[in-house]
Amino acid sequence: MSLGFVMLCHTALDRAAQVARYWASRDCPVVIHVDKRTPNDQADRLRRDLADLTNIRFSPRHACEWGTWGIVAATQEAALMMLRDFAEVRHVFLASGSCLPLRPVEELRDYLDERPRTDFIESVTTSDVGWTIGGLNTERFTLRFPFSWRKHRVLFDSYVTLQRRLGVRRSLPSGLVPHLGSQWWCLTRQTLSAILEGPERAELDRFFRKVWIPDESYFQSLVRMVSSSVESRSLTLSKFDYQGKPHIFYDDHLQLLRRSDCFVARKIWPQADKLYQAFLSPDAAAQPRAEPNPGKIDRLFAKAIERRTAGRAGLYMQSRFPNRDREHGRTAAPFSVFEGFSELFENFETWLGKAAGTRVHGHLFAPDRVHFAGGAEVYNGALSDSAALRDYNPRSFLTNLIWNTRGERQCFQFGPDDNQKLTQFIAGDPHAQISVISGAFAIPLFQSNRNFGEIRAEAARLQKIESEFLQLLRSNWVKARVRVWTLAEFIESPMEPLQTIVDEISPRSMRRLTEVPRMADLAGFGQFLQNLRNQGMQPVLMGDFPAGADLPAPGGRRARPYLVK
Amino acid sequence: MSVIGSYRLRWRRKRLLARALLRRRDLRSVKNRTASIGAEPILLFATLRNERVRLPYFLRYYRELGVEHFLIVDNGSDDGSADYLAQQPDVSVWSTGASYKASRFGMDWIMGLLRRYGHGHWCLIVDVDEFLIYPFCETRPLRALTDWLDASQIRAFSAMLLDMYPKGPIQDQPYREGQNPFEIAEWFDSGNYSISRNWAFGNLWIQGGPRSRAFFADRPKAAPALNKIPLIRWHRSYAYVSSTHMLLPRGLNLVFDEWGGEKASGCLLHAKFLDTFAVKAAEEMARGQHYAESREYKAYLEGLQEQPDFWCKWSEKYINWRQLEILGLMSKGNWA
Repeated sequence: MSLGFVMLCHTALDRAAQVARYWASRDCPVVIHVDKRTPNDQADRLRRDLADLTNIRFSPRHACEWGTWGIVAATQEAALMMLRDFAEVRHVFLASGSCLPLRPVEELRDYLDERPRTDFIESVTTSDVGWTIGGLNTERFTLRFPFSWRKHRVLFDSYVTLQRRLGVRRSLPSGLVPHLGSQWWCLTRQTLSAILEGPERAELDRFFRKVWIPDESYFQSLVRMVSSSVESRSLTLSKFDYQGKPHIFYDDHLQLLRRSDCFVARKIWPQADKLYQAFLSPDAAAQPRAEPNPGKIDRLFAKAIERRTAGRAGLYMQSRFPNRDREHGRTAAPFSVFEGFSELFENFETWLGKAAGTRVHGHLFAPDRVHFAGGAEVYNGALSDSAALRDYNPRSFLTNLIWNTRGERQCFQFGPDDNQKLTQFIAGDPHAQISVISGAFAIPLFQSNRNFGEIRAEAARLQKIESEFLQLLRSNWVKARVRVWTLAEFIESPMEPLQTIVDEISPRSMRRLTEVPRMADLAGFGQFLQNLRNQGMQPVLMGDFPAGADLPAPGGRRARPYLVK
Repeated sequence: MSVIGSYRLRWRRKRLLARALLRRRDLRSVKNRTASIGAEPILLFATLRNERVRLPYFLRYYRELGVEHFLIVDNGSDDGSADYLAQQPDVSVWSTGASYKASRFGMDWIMGLLRRYGHGHWCLIVDVDEFLIYPFCETRPLRALTDWLDASQIRAFSAMLLDMYPKGPIQDQPYREGQNPFEIAEWFDSGNYSISRNWAFGNLWIQGGPRSRAFFADRPKAAPALNKIPLIRWHRSYAYVSSTHMLLPRGLNLVFDEWGGEKASGCLLHAKFLDTFAVKAAEEMARGQHYAESREYKAYLEGLQEQPDFWCKWSEKYINWRQLEILGLMSKGNWA
């Protein structure tokens, strides 16, 4: 028993001829339909090219505009011709001009011989279909579509809306349950003739003429009325992207296709010489077959769709520049921001780098320059330490830094003296861990050797900026992990917060902190704050420091905070 | 954008088109082989001046990608560039001695040619030192890309300018005719680009890279723009507003995804920083024919005095397009 191919072609007819010749010369009759819109000279040349093969027929040409009845009409007529002219054909395989057989046709024939009564056609009820684009499932059958989607999109859309609003519905022919599925099928003579020669065909055709994209529903629905054994899958490998257009295969997919284990693939790029050569050559069958791994193609295309729709989090580039809150993650990886820590502790950066095993920068947003870890002038990705470059676009600076250092957590110091432009962006980023010791900005002032009038003015300025930052951190839209202590609170028991922060940065280490950073000498700090008060400035962010009294923890220059054991 | 705003842009576009028509009179045809162009060609348009030594590799590179015909404006070369081009079987050459600056840095001439020969075709508009890299460019010709763009109904393809530089002072390794310039200038900056959106035209404004780091660290605003849209299925009503950085109508500038996804994009490897650069910078400075009072060249010359070395510890060595994709400089989008 034999297998016949119906081919629907519209462009790259030379390739179609190559494939048709391959099939026909292997004793599989072929009926070719050429789109009416294809120039006549091309169609004639195809006819001439294949004239030497007796088992090739050309069916009458229909105009096949995408989504319209023409494709179904063409298929019907070509299939009838196949059934009429080639009596020995048992299975009819519908293929397109851009299909390519991946396995020798003998294997396909053997496969079908083992399943002589099975119809291979993807056929899914409309309610279960998840892949239609544009949201038209059941409505493909119940609405009318007199306007072309390609040429008159506005008319098409507004007519659909109008019908929805008016509640107009077409009634389905009795017994018809709408099914959808891939256009490419392989049906038995019995099934196909039952569909094409059935008594109700005229009525059904009249109905389907006005259905949207009938080539994905005509045979798929009717097969359910006549066939006893439907295997709902297509023998043609065909993948669709998120816009509903088929993925195209190129030369570099050769290995992938070899391992796909499918009989026929579409769509092949017409100039993929290597593919056509590899799969149509006479010795294609002799080549050792690779271990089938059909899942690989799925993964490849699923990834491509994800790249197009979700993109890479935290990446801003020429073809990905998300609107606000559409970023799928503002930055590429978690990072930590410390405010007041390097002021309170003398060697905080080195200590944290060691304790948490990460990269710790100084004040990245300092007014003089970018203080990268280790005082570097250029950093990952050739980021410059120029403050002017950074301030020109601070957001790009930060997102670049985090993107360039993926895989290595970044920590940096921040303070009221730094560029504050980015506070909103950081606060709204779930990747940010912000820890603030409020009021610690006063410690360097306290230690400085400046005139008190200057100190007072500077303290007031910094306090204002830090208050604004803290207020921002209290907003309800903040997504960062925020912790705030007042200076007084923090120095009372510094180890617990430090342990929490370090654990969060490197959760797997689970080490207790052994070495601790050295705290600045704060003897006399209470008096310093009282002096500020006396000068008319109100230091509020530091918490309660009793004026003149000793600090809660015993002071002393070399003192270390106690360890939590 | 308001109705008035878009109406203004419409007039701006019309003005640019009219300019291009007027400037067509500057051009004198040296060798016109456009009659031999096929039905579905990929065309390349370029303006040049004294680039003879670069031409052999440039032509070879793009021929191998599948460019069918080169349409080139020669702006008063005196090194034999025009003669060399005129001998090539797939090049049409026009020559002009008119002012580069008055022609909007060559864009008026190019747009005149685009209008005449590019309508309805895929056109690549590049400089002689720009080399297009796109996803899968090693295995798929340019035609595969344009076919896919057609199928996806995409009219314009973005390719950011990526400045390439050698290790060590640029005078140290002389460029030989026919050589791949990226054997010398094989390094680039991978992640220091600043991007902002230009709402007036809807395009992205990308600056950064080695030029910005070395020459413009104290006045970043003046740094050259790196965003480019060099590959377009041209229509005679389109207009380039400023070099190939942005276009009108504005829809063509939307080569990026705003909803978190990535569109397909490429890179233009920029082989500017070879030993030929110092001579060029001095010459161009003297002509004063470049953008914004040639401030770029002024900055370069100042920098060049001290033997510039763009190379730093974090420079990346160029390998292939996949590397650029992983670094996030370009994207496959949904092309697989």
